[in-house]
Amino acid sequence: MTTTAKPAQFKVLGSTPVRQDGVDKVTGRAQYGADIRLPGMLSGAVLRSPHAHARIKSIDTRAAEAYPGVRAVATARDLPDLESKVADLGEGSVNLRYQSSNLLARDKVLYFGHALAAVAAVNAHVAEAAAALIQVDYEILPPVLDVRQAMRPDAPILLEELRTDELGQKGEQPTNIAAHYLDETGDLEQGFREADLIVEREFTTAMVHQGYIEPHSATALVTADGQVTIWCSTQGAFGVREQTAEILRLPASKIRVIPMEIGGGFGGKIGVYLEPLAVLLSRKSGHRPVKLTMSRREVLAATGPTSGSSIKVKMGANRAGQITAAQATLIYEAGAYPGSPVGSAMGVIFAPYRLRNARVEGYDVVVNKPRTAAYRAPGGTNAAFASETVVDELAERLGLDPLAFRLQNGVQEGDRRVNGVAYKRIGLLEVLRAAQGSAHYQAPLAGPYRGRGVAAGYWGNYGGKSSASASVNADGTVSLLEGSVDIGGSRTALAMQLAETLGLPTESIRATVADTDAVGDTEGTYGSRTTFATGWAVYEVGQQLKAKLCERAARLWGVPADQVQYADGSFASGEQHLTLAELAAQLDRLGGPVVASAAVQPKNYGPGFAAHIVDVEVDPETGKVQVLRYTAVQDAGKAVYPNYVASQMQGGAAQGIGWALNEEYVYDAQGRLLNANWLDYRMPVSLDLPMIDTLIVEVPNPGHPFGVRGVGEVPIVPPAAAVANAIYRAVGVRMTELPMAPGRLVAALQAG
Amino acid sequence: MIHVQTTLNGEPVEFLCEPRQSLLEVLRETLGLTGAKEGCNNGNCGACNVLLDGALVNACLVLAGEVQGRTLTTIEGIAPAGGLHPLQRQFLEHAALQCGFCTPGFIVAAKALLDCTPQPTELEVRQWLAGNLCRCTGYDRIVRAVLAAAEEAQA
Repeated sequence: MTTTAKPAQFKVLGSTPVRQDGVDKVTGRAQYGADIRLPGMLSGAVLRSPHAHARIKSIDTRAAEAYPGVRAVATARDLPDLESKVADLGEGSVNLRYQSSNLLARDKVLYFGHALAAVAAVNAHVAEAAAALIQVDYEILPPVLDVRQAMRPDAPILLEELRTDELGQKGEQPTNIAAHYLDETGDLEQGFREADLIVEREFTTAMVHQGYIEPHSATALVTADGQVTIWCSTQGAFGVREQTAEILRLPASKIRVIPMEIGGGFGGKIGVYLEPLAVLLSRKSGHRPVKLTMSRREVLAATGPTSGSSIKVKMGANRAGQITAAQATLIYEAGAYPGSPVGSAMGVIFAPYRLRNARVEGYDVVVNKPRTAAYRAPGGTNAAFASETVVDELAERLGLDPLAFRLQNGVQEGDRRVNGVAYKRIGLLEVLRAAQGSAHYQAPLAGPYRGRGVAAGYWGNYGGKSSASASVNADGTVSLLEGSVDIGGSRTALAMQLAETLGLPTESIRATVADTDAVGDTEGTYGSRTTFATGWAVYEVGQQLKAKLCERAARLWGVPADQVQYADGSFASGEQHLTLAELAAQLDRLGGPVVASAAVQPKNYGPGFAAHIVDVEVDPETGKVQVLRYTAVQDAGKAVYPNYVASQMQGGAAQGIGWALNEEYVYDAQGRLLNANWLDYRMPVSLDLPMIDTLIVEVPNPGHPFGVRGVGEVPIVPPAAAVANAIYRAVGVRMTELPMAPGRLVAALQAG
Repeated sequence: MIHVQTTLNGEPVEFLCEPRQSLLEVLRETLGLTGAKEGCNNGNCGACNVLLDGALVNACLVLAGEVQGRTLTTIEGIAPAGGLHPLQRQFLEHAALQCGFCTPGFIVAAKALLDCTPQPTELEVRQWLAGNLCRCTGYDRIVRAVLAAAEEAQA
C-alpha cells in the first residue's frame, strides 16, 4: 500500500515493470564475481593468521614457490610502503596504509583470519596446498577483544603509532582509542532537572556480519604493457579502481574495473580485499589472469563485520510527555584498524526527537577482530536498539502509547539535530501516523507470552558522484549507460527515471551498468544513493536528449527549435507531428547520432524515517522468540519502483530480526572465531519469519527532481529495538544485550 | 581421474574428474554451468541446489564421481525451450529477488517441492525452503512467488 502526502503526477514512476536483468537472474545466466573464466586463468588462495594478535618475525615462502603447479606467491613485501593517507570511501573513510596492511599483514597480524600471503596456481586446490606450506614465525601477543578492556590504560596496544583524535586534537600516548567525538546542545543538567522521570540503561551488542550470500571474488589480468583489468563483485567499480591505484601506486588510467553482477553487499563490498592481490599475482605469474575467491569461512573471519558496541543512554521526560534531556555514550569496535561507524551512530541515536538539551559522545576503539566495514545504515541498529528501548520505557512508565509519545516529541521541518543541523522537509510524523493507523497496530493481540513492540528509525541517506550517458537508437529506443552497480533492481529504477523524463514507456529504455572506462566516475551503490543520485544524472541526460532531439525536429521542419514542443514521445510544431521513433529513423540525415551524458554530485539528499511494528511470542521455557507479525512503515520520498522499495524494507527488517535474535560473532579467549560458518552463525531462514507487511509513505524530497529520498538503509535501524520492546511487553523483561538469543532471554527471565 | 557419464539437463554428458572434486566444482569449472552458486561449500545455504534423479541436493555435498549413470537437472535446465518455467516467471512478477545470487537455488528447490507437493501451504513452502538462505528479501516475496507458481500450474 502506498500513501502520498503530496500527490505528483507520474506516468512511469510508481509502476512495477519486470526488472531488466530479471531473466538472466532466474535462469542462472547472470555472471557474478566467481563466474568469470578467462583463457590461461590461474586460481589463488590466501594464507590467513590463526592468531588474533601476533608479531610477524618471518615469513618463508620457499616451499610454496617450489610446489608443483604454483605460479606466484605474494606477501606484504610486494606491496608499496604507503604513507598514512585517508581516502573517502563514501560510507566511512579509510587510511590507505591501514588498508594495505589489512590486505597483507606487514609487521603484525591483528585478528584471526588476517591475510599474510597469496598464492596463484593452476587450480585452487593446488594453491591451497601450497599456501599451507608457507612458514610464518610468530611472536604471539595477548589479544584485546572487548572495547572496555581495550580502553584501559594498561591494555595491550594494537597499533603502536595510533594516537587518539580527541575532539580534533591528537593525543600523545599510544592508545587503542582512535577517536573521541562529541555533539551537544542546550543545558543537559537543566534538562534532567526538568524531568519527572529519568531512565538510564546500558546496552551491549555483538559484532555481526552483513551476510551476503556471494563470497568476495576478484580476477585480475596485468598485460605486459602494464594495463590492468579487474573483474570483481563490488558495490562500486570506481572505488575499486581508486583503492587499487592508491595501494599499488598505479595511475588510475592504467586500471579498468569491470563490475560483475554482485550477490549482495550491504556495505561489505566497498573496500577491497582481493583485487590488489590478484593484480600482484597476475604480474608475478607472467601476466596470466588470476582469480581469487573467498570461502565462506574467510568471508566471515576476515571481511565485513560491523561493530559490536557498548552504549549508555539516559533520557528524561516530564509528566506532560515531553522529553526534556537525552544523553548517550557510544563505544564502537573498529576492529583491527580505526574506522567504526560510531560517527553515523551518533547521528542516528536521537534523530527522531526534538531535543533542547542533549549530549552524545562517541568512541572509536580498535580491538583484535576484523576491520569493520559499512553495514546498512552503519552503526544505526546498535544505536536505535539503545535509544528506542529507553524511549519505549519512558512512554510505558508515563502511561502513554509508544507511538503517540514518539509523535508528541517527533521532529519535523525546521527542528534541529543534536549537532545543530536543521531538518528540511522530512516525513517522520507522517510515518508515525501511518503506523498508528495501520491494520497491524489497530488489531488486538491476545494470548500469553505475546507482546507488541514498536520503534522508530532514522537514516540520513547520501548523494555523491554519479554519471550516466545515453544514445538514441534508430528505432526510437534509448540505450542508457550508468555507473551504479545493480544490487537490487537499480537498472530498472534508473531506466524508469529516464523513461519518465522522456515520456516513454520503461521498455523503450535499456540500462547497462558500465565499467570504469565506459562511463564517468560514479560512487558505489551504498548510502541509499543510487536511485537518488544516479537517478538525477539520468534525469539530466533525459533533459539534454529532449533538447537535442527538439533541435533535430526543428531542422527537419525548418522552424526555430523553441517552436518545437515535446511530450510523451512526440514532437509537435504548429500542425506538424512526429513521434520519437519517426525522428530517430531520420537522424543520420539530420546531423547524426544523438547522445548525451551528465555527471552530478547532488547535496540535497533527504533523510528517511521508519517505524516498525512487531508482534512476538516468547517461549518462557526455552527463551525462543517467534516473530508472529511484522509491519515496516517508511517514508521513501517518491517510491520509483515500489515492489523493490517494499523489498528493501522487508529485507532490512529480516536482517534486523536476525541481528536482534540470533546473529553474533563468538570468539574464544585467544580471539579465535568459533562460528565462521552459516550453521553456527545463524541468519534467519524462511521458517523463522512471517510475511513482512510494508506501508510506503511518500513525502517527496524537495531536493530531487522526482522527490526521491533513498530507501535501502533505514529499514534495518528499528528492528532490534522493536523486537526488544515486544519481548518486554510479552514477558516483562528489558533486554539490554544483542542478540536476544534464547539463553540470554532465559537468564533474564530467571533474574526477574 | 574418474570417467563419469551422466545425463545433464536432458543430454548425455561425460567428463573426467578428480576423486576430491565436488559436483558443484565440476559443474562450474569443467562443464561451464555457473548457474549453481557457491555460497558456503558446506550445505548451509542452498545456492548450489540441483536435482539428482529428481531429488533436491546441494551440489557442494555430492562428489562428482557419484553422478555416474544418474540424471541431473540444474537451473540451466529448468526452463522449457523458448520460455520460462512458471517459477521463473512468478519470481520476476513478484520481484522475488534483489541481488539474484540465491535465486537459482531457490528456483531449483521450489521445483523439487512442487514436483512432490503441487499445492503446498505457506508453512510447507517455508519448511521446504528453510535450507536456502536469502539475505536480501526477507523471503516474503519468494514464498508468494512459489505459491503463485503452484496456483498457476493448477489453473
